[in-house]
Amino acid sequence: MSTATKKPKTFWWHNTMEVKEARAGRMFVLPAILLLLTFLVTPVILAFTLGFTNARLSSPNPIEFNGTDNFSRLLGLAKLDVETNSSDPDALYDLVRSQTKPGSGTQYENMQILYEGVSSDAKSGTYVLAGDALFWKSVKNTLYFALVVAPLQGGLALILALIVNSRIRGRVFFRTVYFFPVVTSMVVVSILWLFMYQDTGLVNVAISKVIPGYTPINFLAEPALAMPAIIAMSAWQGMGFHMLIWLAGLQTIPGELYEAAKVDGANTWQQFKNVTWPGLRKTFIFILITITIAALGLFTQINVMTQGGPLDSTTTIVFHAFREGFGKQQMGYASTIAVVFFFIVVSIALIQRRLTRDAD
Amino acid sequence: MRKVRALVALLFASALLLAACGSTEEAGPVKVSMWSHAAGNEQEIATVKEAIADFNASQSDYEVVLEEFPQESYNDSIIAAATSDSLPCIVDVDGPIMPNWAWAGYMQPISIDSALEDSLLAGAKGYYNGELYSAGAWDAALGILTLKSYLDEAGVRVPTLDSPWTKAEFDSALSALDDLGKFDYALDWGNGWTGEWFPYAYGPLLQSFGGDLINRDDYLSADGVVNGDEAVAFGKWFQSTFEDGYANPKQSGDRTEFVNGTIAIQYNGNWAVKDAYAKFGDDLLILPPPDFGNGPKIGAASWQFGVSSSCDQVDGATAFIEYILQDKYIVAFANRIGLIPATAGATAEVPDYAAGGVFSVFVDFSNSFAVKRPETPAYLFISKAFEKAVADIINGGDVKRALDTAADEIDRDIADNGNYE
Repeated sequence: MSTATKKPKTFWWHNTMEVKEARAGRMFVLPAILLLLTFLVTPVILAFTLGFTNARLSSPNPIEFNGTDNFSRLLGLAKLDVETNSSDPDALYDLVRSQTKPGSGTQYENMQILYEGVSSDAKSGTYVLAGDALFWKSVKNTLYFALVVAPLQGGLALILALIVNSRIRGRVFFRTVYFFPVVTSMVVVSILWLFMYQDTGLVNVAISKVIPGYTPINFLAEPALAMPAIIAMSAWQGMGFHMLIWLAGLQTIPGELYEAAKVDGANTWQQFKNVTWPGLRKTFIFILITITIAALGLFTQINVMTQGGPLDSTTTIVFHAFREGFGKQQMGYASTIAVVFFFIVVSIALIQRRLTRDAD
Repeated sequence: MRKVRALVALLFASALLLAACGSTEEAGPVKVSMWSHAAGNEQEIATVKEAIADFNASQSDYEVVLEEFPQESYNDSIIAAATSDSLPCIVDVDGPIMPNWAWAGYMQPISIDSALEDSLLAGAKGYYNGELYSAGAWDAALGILTLKSYLDEAGVRVPTLDSPWTKAEFDSALSALDDLGKFDYALDWGNGWTGEWFPYAYGPLLQSFGGDLINRDDYLSADGVVNGDEAVAFGKWFQSTFEDGYANPKQSGDRTEFVNGTIAIQYNGNWAVKDAYAKFGDDLLILPPPDFGNGPKIGAASWQFGVSSSCDQVDGATAFIEYILQDKYIVAFANRIGLIPATAGATAEVPDYAAGGVFSVFVDFSNSFAVKRPETPAYLFISKAFEKAVADIINGGDVKRALDTAADEIDRDIADNGNYE
């Protein structure tokens, strides 16, 4: 093309290097901004808007704004005291349900039992009602998962990183092996572990080889064990990635510091405590926040392995939103859950940031 | 200038792309997209593909293009596609879900050849507001599979169509089979399958106890029906089969245990019988479900074909549906996956289903025990609420509360949707 051979004209507004660099910078950022606008900002705005409507996934009826109805249903809590003279053990429950069932017309209509405290003679009881009991259970399960998985996954990843960072033979091999689960799809990993956790699966067979007389456990069918089982599997899947981040952090620590520590007579533990750990401070903050945010979004494992069961012991906020939105088609309500979830994640991330910054 | 050159190159590339798109549209037959739920079900999808290949070769106006989905995610995919206005032309639809999709405007009524329409079994046709929306090549039926040798060994009576097991007999059969000590579990309810299987398979048990998924007088309320005394009796009994160790609360999804001989009784649809018969031959028994007080019940209406509302090739889509509903393919479906042929003509050609055939008993079950799942747009929600309740019951939750929750949620959903009018 002829234009290519001409010397480009220069104008006053791109005279300086600085302006040119700024312009180039904007061009580099542009694709990312477009992607973020399309796939992040737009959905967030949509979710915020839909959260105030009764939008249905499939319905011929028009969408209507219903104010804060969704929010009061989602976050609504109430305390209800009931008393009875009946000797029927279900009498208290029947009393509560007579006030909560649809069409009852009371202020407790459509609420669900979240917690019940029944007196020893079963004549009186205090009930905590929630507009959406499953949501509160989901919040509890999600926090449980995040609180356990963050230290577990981060800690194991650090141990792995320290191992493969030492000068042992075949460390490239180990790095690759530890990284394997990360590059495997979470759905595939979940299906494999689903089989491994069965009563005739690998985990039970392995335990029964070690402990004679052991009765196999259906890990995912036990309300108390399902979440720990998912935590173990998730930490195993994710730690390879964080091992790499720890490794990157480890390699920024200058070797002279270790030499100086050795000269001072520090043993391995003292070296770790006084050289390695302080040097990993920024990596630690990064890992803590990324694992926590990922953990709060727990969904795939639940959807594949337990569907929130048994007895709601593994239902999570994102899974709840998914079930309400896609399963029960209540898109507006699911958007409300997403909005609340957004604020939960942001506030937890801010708290973490604040705590870790103060210590800097 | 470099920037200008890049821009020109980009424009040129786009023009090429557009030209390429244009040229494919001009030549060849019109594409008619179709989605199937049968990915992974080798025999079923093979028959669908055969029909498509034959149809595409038989005429030059249309070319049916198939996309396969696994059954578990098929319905969600359809809903997502409807939301983004990218539905295929021909859809596969499960009978009980059809009224919801028709109500939501995903589907349009179809008009197929009236002789063909008349020849199809009731369970293979879907009507909503008096109009035909879907038609299928088969109906499905549920039954209890076990082996004569197991029952003989355990000393259990072999039930018949006229004299099915009573609840007490079924309970003692479970206990006797369990006592043989040769099985991991006496019974496989199929609870490793999720989704529509729950209401399809366990709804009839509930109905046999005297409950139902919704009050069928007006289809507006489930309270007192899905959580009435009969329903609670069903839930408690169903739960006991897990608590007593007869059934596995975390049953596997592949359900191969029965064929492998580690489970004595399997509650399954007729599509599963082919494999079992190949393995056990004449030792296999296909038994009616037990009578829990109101007679044995089984579900009706299976997967059918329909046309989406956004389809712009209705003639091509209808032509294909008529094509795949020829006896030839109905026979192929029946022979390969053991489903009940949708026409009498096809039934006569399928040795297994013709009078005296090995599986003909399923035709009797369908005729004697079939109850359609509630034909209401609310069914989609009812199905989810009931599934959750049964899952909680299986895992040892409080039966009454699980069913009350389902009833309250269903009633609330119907009210929220203006009674689905």
